[in-house]
Parts: sequence; structure tokens; C-alpha cells
Amino acid sequence: MDATVQEQDPGTPVPEPRPIALNPTRSDRVYRGTALGAGLLTLVILFLIGFFLFLKAWPAFHQMGFAFFTTFEWPATFSSTSRFGIGALLYWTVVIATTALIFAVPVAIATALFLTEYAPLAVRGPLTSLIDLLAAVPSLIYGLWGFFFLQPRMIGLSSWLSRHLSFIPIFKVTTPVFKSSAFIAATVVALMVVPICTSVMREVFSQAPPSEKEGALALGATRWGMIRAVVLPFGVGGIIGGSMLGLGRALGETIAIAIIISPIFGISPHILQSGANSIAAHIALRFGEATGLSLSALMAAGLALFLFTLLVNTLASIIVSRSRSGKGVEI
Amino acid sequence: MSIETLTEPSPAPPAPARPTPVPIRPRAVRREDVAIVVASAGSALALTWLLYERLAPLSGGIGFVIMWFALFIVTYWVVIRDIEGRFIATDKTIALSIGCVAVGLMIPLVLIIGYVIVKGIKYLNWAFFTQTQAAVGPDSPASEGGAAHAIVGTLEQVGLAMLVSVPLGIGCAVYMNEVGGRMVRPVRLFVDAMSGVPSIVAGLFIFTVWILGLGQGFSGFAAALALTILMLPTITRTSEEVLRLVPDGLREASLAVGATQWRTTWNVVLPTARSGLVTAVILGVARAIGETAPLIMTAFGAQLMNVNPFAGAQSSLPLFVYGAYVLNTTSEVARAWTGALVLMLIVLLLFLIARAVGRGGWGTGGGQR
Repeated sequence: MDATVQEQDPGTPVPEPRPIALNPTRSDRVYRGTALGAGLLTLVILFLIGFFLFLKAWPAFHQMGFAFFTTFEWPATFSSTSRFGIGALLYWTVVIATTALIFAVPVAIATALFLTEYAPLAVRGPLTSLIDLLAAVPSLIYGLWGFFFLQPRMIGLSSWLSRHLSFIPIFKVTTPVFKSSAFIAATVVALMVVPICTSVMREVFSQAPPSEKEGALALGATRWGMIRAVVLPFGVGGIIGGSMLGLGRALGETIAIAIIISPIFGISPHILQSGANSIAAHIALRFGEATGLSLSALMAAGLALFLFTLLVNTLASIIVSRSRSGKGVEI
Repeated sequence: MSIETLTEPSPAPPAPARPTPVPIRPRAVRREDVAIVVASAGSALALTWLLYERLAPLSGGIGFVIMWFALFIVTYWVVIRDIEGRFIATDKTIALSIGCVAVGLMIPLVLIIGYVIVKGIKYLNWAFFTQTQAAVGPDSPASEGGAAHAIVGTLEQVGLAMLVSVPLGIGCAVYMNEVGGRMVRPVRLFVDAMSGVPSIVAGLFIFTVWILGLGQGFSGFAAALALTILMLPTITRTSEEVLRLVPDGLREASLAVGATQWRTTWNVVLPTARSGLVTAVILGVARAIGETAPLIMTAFGAQLMNVNPFAGAQSSLPLFVYGAYVLNTTSEVARAWTGALVLMLIVLLLFLIARAVGRGGWGTGGGQR
């Protein structure tokens, strides 16, 4: 190798590096411009959604002020003196989404790990397809299935939990009616969320560096030891991102919840008993009869939901963007 | 080299030959492994029965299964710990529970598809695809009339939404991953934010702008606009993930032989990611095709055929199903299930087509190891 190293004469100066200028061709300029336009369109759409909803929601905000977020009422007919607000809606939306995530995230992590680490190669493809299929089932069908099939079968579990675990406040019931509860709605929403979480996590887990995985195994780790030492730390961003994405979907889920729950406007920690609500389901159920101020109030509820999900997803995005990407993978 | 040569020479009389050690195969399933699994499941079943039915008696299949599974896992761990120690027991138990959960996730899928088929197959006849609800009264049996108007509406709305959202979504992904620039971070942030826009909010937005603002009536095109908003971030996000998996080496090779950026993207990056991009489009369509909530406030729904998506209220399969469910008479609920079955068959069909097109390559579970 020594022969290739040229002895530099200390007297001669090192030549300046040639300046490299990027001079795109016309087709490249058009391409870059078009792509930039497509990218910026999302910003424009988001801005327009917020702007127009705010415009239409203004009369409702004007009447209620900040109390719109803390009022637990929604009258059947609206007048200039009526009081309305999304306090209860917001509460139940969060309760259903959180309960759904408690069910969905462990299942999604397990499924993603199974697909990337455990399943025999012959099983991976078909199983991935089936899980994608679970994501493709329309929420309407989930709602109908949850109402007609799952609900009668969940009532036994609900009443069993309420009977034996009622010392925990969330399992307590005040009226023993278990139909149309937040618990059943959350179970259905969890099923809808699992494939979304799984697909994000699977993508990230499958990018875990093989050299580090093999290194862990070579040092004598069991498969679970390897997963804990390499795959899970590598995939933390994917786990959080997938969960947040699922949360966003769960918060905005409309028709399945609208079919299952029976709407109430009070709050309680008892998720097993009948009665729940959600902003999205409320809008869908009340849209048909809404005019004037009541429409404006629904717009305000929609705007609140929009800003809430925007916040959740922005946070998720910031967390995920800090995780490692597959960009550095060499072939 | 056999194992005997490594043992220290033993004095006479010669020791009996040691058995040749059987090589350990970590993934092999031995007969006693299966026996332990079966025995644990059996004992857990007995214990669950005792606890659930005798000590805390109540019916309910789902609770029984959950409890059985939990006890099964604990029993299995205890058995393996007694045989092979805590360390291996944890590993094996976690492997077993992960496998059970992943495979168990197929149970709801089978139940949903099976239930929809059982409920919907009864009135699924040719008339369902060729007739509308024009001649159907409140007392007509479920076998009368069909959903041709709804099927046409769904195809038109989703087709129009695809025409807009597929080029835009992939263009946006290309911008983020291939072009780059100062706006990448904000755009990625906003695409992520947009993916969380609830479908009902998209519907409200199109309702305010298109129907209240511009004074247009309810129409299939308005529904397509709402669906576009829902499909766009799904397609963009998934496409970007897929493009990110395309190795840099390919791009560099293309640029090094003198291709322009545009040519590199069009002839190298996108074809490499083809199957993944197809998956992205499927996920987008899948999100859009069953959406009901935004259609209530954009397409509104109709009982008659409206072929023109640009004027007049139009039905769609989800609206048809939801409308029939809300009416809540025996024959209408039966119609809702038939509509749900057709909707699901369309989804399944799309899915199979997309899988056939996108087989192999980077970015799918099938081709990527």
C-alpha cells in the first residue's frame, strides 16, 4: 500500500478543491417544483381546514367562550340563551381512545415482533396480508359486528368484572346495564387500531440492524434477550409512533362508536355500564338536525377534535423523527 | 473430531463409551415441547373452569378464554422453569405468548368475515346489483330492490378520490424523500398531523367550503374531495416509508452513470418501491372505501340511481348500509347486512388484485426479509 501514497513536496501548495455547483436541468427543475408543490399542498389543506372550521364555529365560541370546553350539556334545540359544550364529549372521547390503546398496543407489539422475529418465513407473508386485511375492513362493518355480534358476548365479561373487581372504580357500575358501554366501544376500536399500530411497528422492527442482532445471539442471548437488547431499543420510535397513530385514529373514530354507544352528557369513571359519547360520534348523530347555531356548535366541536388530534399527531411525529431511519442501510 | 478425543485419558479399565451428544437445534420442536404445551393448556383449562364456573360463577365465553389464556401462560412458565430454569422459561414463555397473540388476532378477522357472510348471504341475489331502492316501500321484504345506485356511487367517489390523491400523495412522498429541501421537516410534520384528521372533520370541512361556501349541492364529487383528504396522508406516509427503504446505493449508481434526478426517481426509485407503493395505495383506498361519516355531509345519500357524480345527492355502499341500519326494521337490517357483505367483497377483491400486482420487491412483507 505504501507505493500508492505520494510523498507531498512540502513546498507546493495543496490545490483548492474544485467547487461543486448543483445545476439542475430544466426537467429536474420542473420535477423539483412539482414535488415541492405536492408537499406544500398538505400545509395548505390543513390551514384551510382550521380556518374554515373556525369561521363557521365562531358564533358558537362567541356565545359560550371558554365555557364551551367545560359545559356538560347539549340541548335539543338551540337559542341565544342556551348553554352547550363539549366537556363530556371530550372526556368520553379520551376514555374510549385510551382504553382501546391499552388493549391494542401490547397486541400490536406482540404481533409485530412475531412477524419480524418469530414467525417461520412461510407464515410471514400470509399473516401480514391478513393483518392488512383487518385494517381494510370498513369501520362501519366493525360497528355493525360490534353491535350485533360482540356486544351480547361481552356482557358476560362486563358483569363478571363488575361483580368481582368492583373495588376498582373503573369496574364499578351504578346501574347494572352493560349494553352500549364505553368498554364495548373501546374493544371494537382496539380491533380497528391494532393493524395500524402493527404495520408501523413491523416496518421499524424489520429495520433493526442484523449485525447487532446476530452479535447479541452470538454472545449467548436468548431470542427474547436479543429482542430486548436490540430490536426494542431500536424500535422505540416505531412503538411510540405507531401507538400515537393508533391514538389519532381512535380519537377520530366515528361510525363504529356512533352505532355502539348510547349518548350521555355526564361523566363517570364507570366504563362498563351503558352510556358513553365521543365528539366524532356526536357530530355524526346530530348533523342531520343541525341548522344555524346548532350547526355552528357542531363545527366548534369538530374544530376542537381537529386541534386535539393535530396536537397528538404532531407530538407523535416529533418523537418518531428522532428515531433512526433505514436510510443508512447499505446493500 | 469426536468428543472422546477431547476427554482426558482415563485409566484402565476403559470407561464405557459416552453417548454422542445430540446437537441442540434452537428452533426444533421436540415431542416433549408439544406435550408440555398441551398439558399446560389442559391444566389451565381445568383451573379456569374451576375458578370461573364454580368459585365465581358466570357465563360469557370471552372472559373464559381470556382467563384460560392467562393461566395457560403462567402454567407453562412454571413448568418450563422447573425443567430448564428461569432464564429459558422466560424466553420460551414470551415466544409462546407472542405467537398465541399474533395468531389469535386472526380470530376476530375470521369472526367478522364469517358473521357478515352468514348475515348477508341470504338476500344476496342478482337484483341487488342491478336494481335500486326505487320500487321499495317500508313493508317490502328484504329480497326486493337492490343497491346498484350505491355501488355505482362508491366506485365513482373512490375512483375520483384516487385520481387526485395517488399522484399527489406519491408526489409528496417523493418530495420528502428524493428532492429534499428546507420544507421537508414541516411537510413531514404536517402530513403526520393530517393523517390524524378524523374523517368526520374532513367531511365537515368539505361541507363548509364546497356546500355552504361555494353554494354547491350535495354531490359525489364533494364526497370524493372529502375522501381525498383522508387518503392523501395515508398514501404519503406509507409511500415515504417505502421510498426510505430503497437503498442509497441504487440512487448513487443511477446518478453516477449520468441520470438526472427526475430519471433516477422515475426509472430507479419508484420501480424499486413499486410493490410497496401499491400497498400504500391499497391502504389509502381501504381507509376511504368504507368511510361513512364524511359522506353523510357530502354525498348525503339517495334511494335512486345518480350516475353523475358532479350534481345531485348520491348514494354509496356505506351510506346505504348505515341508512338501512338506522331505519331498524327487520327487512332494512337484512338489507344492511347484504350491503355490508358486498362492501366487504369489494374490499377483499381490491385486496387480492393489489396483492397480485405488488408481489415481491422491497417494501412488502412478502419480499422483504
